[in-house]
Amino acid sequence: MSNTSGFLFSSLGKKVVMGATGLFLVTFLLVHCFINALIFFNDGGLTFNIGAHFMGTNWLIRTMELVLFFGLVLHIVQAAVLTRENQKARPVAYANPGGNVSSSWYSRSMGLLGTLLLMFLIIHLAHFWVKSRFTGIPTEDANGHEDLYAIMQETFKQLWVVVVYVLAMVSLAYHLLHGFQSAFQTLGLNHKKYTPLIKKTGVCFSIVIPLIFALMPLAMHFGWIK
Amino acid sequence: MSHGNMNLTLKVWKQKNKNERGRFETYQAKGISPDMSFLEMFDVVNEGLINEGKEPIAFDHDCREGICGMCSMYINGRPHGPKEGITTCQLHMRSFKDGDTIVVEPWRSAAFPVIKDLVVDRSSFDRIMAAGGFVSVNTGNAKDANNILIPKDDADTAFNAAACIGCGACVAACKNASAMLFVSAKVSQLALLPQGKIEAKNRVLNMVKQMDEEGFGNCTNTGACEAECPKEISLENIARMNREYLGASLT
Repeated sequence: MSNTSGFLFSSLGKKVVMGATGLFLVTFLLVHCFINALIFFNDGGLTFNIGAHFMGTNWLIRTMELVLFFGLVLHIVQAAVLTRENQKARPVAYANPGGNVSSSWYSRSMGLLGTLLLMFLIIHLAHFWVKSRFTGIPTEDANGHEDLYAIMQETFKQLWVVVVYVLAMVSLAYHLLHGFQSAFQTLGLNHKKYTPLIKKTGVCFSIVIPLIFALMPLAMHFGWIK
Repeated sequence: MSHGNMNLTLKVWKQKNKNERGRFETYQAKGISPDMSFLEMFDVVNEGLINEGKEPIAFDHDCREGICGMCSMYINGRPHGPKEGITTCQLHMRSFKDGDTIVVEPWRSAAFPVIKDLVVDRSSFDRIMAAGGFVSVNTGNAKDANNILIPKDDADTAFNAAACIGCGACVAACKNASAMLFVSAKVSQLALLPQGKIEAKNRVLNMVKQMDEEGFGNCTNTGACEAECPKEISLENIARMNREYLGASLT
């Protein structure tokens, strides 16, 4: 009596959706980070603009953009539903909720970290995505590509923007620090041989990717790249 | 520290019944020996209260040797108090200092309603077990013990899961009041053995369904349950239950 339809509405099914969409978003971060890291060629954004042009015009990437939005919305909506259910599961709170002895603060704060990331995402999309997709980029570089690099330089001149981006990357690092390995556990991928490897990979990923991202506004603001 | 010279302040949750809103009350525990268990300390306090004609503090206890899982006390922010791998009866007063204030609360979970003071109703666990935590066998003569051979590793892993005493500390420790560690231990101990494999699919589907109906929260893998479990049940069991459930749902 397998119950495939009930699966998505069960507690474990919802966890699987969170884990699977989470890992999908991890793959997005990886691609986003590599493409953006092209700014570090320090060639006035020529290479970066080629990458941005490819991402903006390739049909496969444009299709995946829709899948990405769907995955992101699913991750957020599911998180809201689960949080609501979890609050209902403990109607009377502990007077002494305990501390960090048995679990880490960031593993208990995924909702808060995620909300901060969502706020950042809205600002971030307004800065770049809306301009490149809808309102248009006014200038072109030497190759005749839309000069998204110039938009980046312009945006990161403002100190508050740099501060917001760096803080958001701190949130991202902690969100990933729990989320990466947690997704594997949720999908049932726990094994004495491989779990330590997954955990170490997760820690490296959670530090390296947000660090590279955080270096982008910093490098532009302080003129480390021109 | 010599016999009977600890004086403590207790802040204990008092609640008449399921429907009343509870509150904290403060009690003085005087002349407590550091060698007493936490439950024996409550016995001393209650004896004093009875002699004064006051109502004693209601708390659950049965075996007082760490296997019954009745002593549902959330002590200073942790299920079963400040030590690892023990129940409340195995917690001794030497774990506290003279003059300490100790906050004692019942398990807090919608699925564990408070019956009175520190006593909670854990029959939601019984209903989860009734939904699938068993192996169906025909009655008759007992079979020869070794006619089904089981690899030692499987037997050990199943036994480690079966060490769960159903105390509910995992639910109490979890920020989401989730019962996943309990249910996964019960699913695992049977799914790992040949006798339990026959009904494994239905078992995991039915037990998870019942768990959801009882109003337990969802797992976010914080690991607090494993850290607070008196029998040190591993998180690997939750991953195994996730696998079993995913497999049973999709096939």
